[in-house]
Amino acid sequence: MDVAEIHKNTKLLVDGIPCSVDEVDFTKPGKGRAIYRVKLRNLLDGTTTEKTFHSGEKAEEAQTTYQQEQYLYKDGDHYIFMNTETFEQLFVSESQIGDKKDFLKEGILVDMLMFGERPIDITLPNFIEFEVLESEVAIKAQTISPQLKAATIETGAVIGVPTFINVGDIIKVDTRTGTYVERINKK
Amino acid sequence: MEDEKQHLLHLESNLKTRALIYKHIRKFFDDRGFLEVETPVRVPVIAPEPYIVPFESEDWFLSTSPELHMKRMLAAGYKKLFQFSRCFRKGEQGRLHNPEFTMLEWYCADAGYMVIIQHIEDLVSYLAKELGLRRINYGNLEFDISTPWSRITVKDAYLKLAGWDPTTQPDPLRFDIDMAEKVIPGLSKDHPTVLLDYPSYAAALARIKPDNPNVAERAEIFFSQLELANVYSELVDADEQKRRFDEAIEQIENEQGKRMQMPDKFLEAVPFIPECGGVALGIDRLVMLLCNASSIDEVIPFTADNA
Repeated sequence: MDVAEIHKNTKLLVDGIPCSVDEVDFTKPGKGRAIYRVKLRNLLDGTTTEKTFHSGEKAEEAQTTYQQEQYLYKDGDHYIFMNTETFEQLFVSESQIGDKKDFLKEGILVDMLMFGERPIDITLPNFIEFEVLESEVAIKAQTISPQLKAATIETGAVIGVPTFINVGDIIKVDTRTGTYVERINKK
Repeated sequence: MEDEKQHLLHLESNLKTRALIYKHIRKFFDDRGFLEVETPVRVPVIAPEPYIVPFESEDWFLSTSPELHMKRMLAAGYKKLFQFSRCFRKGEQGRLHNPEFTMLEWYCADAGYMVIIQHIEDLVSYLAKELGLRRINYGNLEFDISTPWSRITVKDAYLKLAGWDPTTQPDPLRFDIDMAEKVIPGLSKDHPTVLLDYPSYAAALARIKPDNPNVAERAEIFFSQLELANVYSELVDADEQKRRFDEAIEQIENEQGKRMQMPDKFLEAVPFIPECGGVALGIDRLVMLLCNASSIDEVIPFTADNA
């Protein structure tokens, strides 16, 4: 592809490694070539690098596809998913899931980014409902600002919730920010 | 809708400053005997330039610059012209770019690039004074705009910041990359910079310096990394002009597979253009500077992203 077509989230193949474009900085001094400073995130190990392209250069697009997968369970260091069309199972390593493991609840559907046969990234639904397994007893608010207390959800992750939330409540969480949204039903 | 309303109202003070700047610019040029003109935005032919990509409009183009038409007027005998002109350049989008933008161009007969540089110094000083600014604060930078602004040749700037002399070692690719990566980031952060005497292979439509064939009488004005204006002693040699267009047309055909037309009517006028200087100054960027706006979308209500 022409470098002018590179945008945020474009997937490029750089030295054989699939990378996602996090940022493009466009400069074009005088009447000269356009210079594109591109921040790249290595999709295999998450490291970031910068690369400079100039107009007229070609960049190689990484052939990536999305497929829908259902998360089944964790086995050792791997997370096991199942393709919702072919029912084939897919093993994804802990390092590739990264922080998203906090909201990876058994049974949910995710969009899996594939590089050939290789799973490289998952996109969680924006909102997921979780049961609260543990929560501190609320200490009476000292101020008038909304107080948050720690609560452990099904996945083992700990998030801040309002003081009126009890063990057994179902709450909705925004997986992009990791924040409490609302209570769905109370026990 | 609510987001758009908030965004547009947030711009109000910048847009008021923008309108004031237009008013003062018209007064500035009127006081100096310049005539404001309007040349077409939709044109049958544009100057072939390798790194400026036009939008097509049926068989014509949206103007990338009013330069050729303004020079045709100079050839007819007009001496001092200025214009606010909408220009369109495909793919140019970023913090300092929008594909549709406004250029202030002016041309002055019997003047060279040094005279035009003084006009720019005078214009910016005048606008700052009218807006009540003693200095120009831009982001975390503060520019002392007292004149004359510091002048440095391209040769000296490259020797100091990139370690080579592009005027004696022709290397257009390295020239462009080092300009973006080394030279511009190294320019003064507290005074405007006038970068002078570009290598002859980056002359564009500027004339070659009579006493040094390696460089052209072309200058660019920078406020640190913000490039404000491009100044020429205009090329008025028809043969030389045709040769440069031929080269540009060939380069575009090789690199982009497109055959641009020769601007014939302009070439017919070139022998009648008087010795003159001219400049293209990005109005959106000037407004950004004077409003301390970090991005072009803070001085234009509808950019390509939200039009």
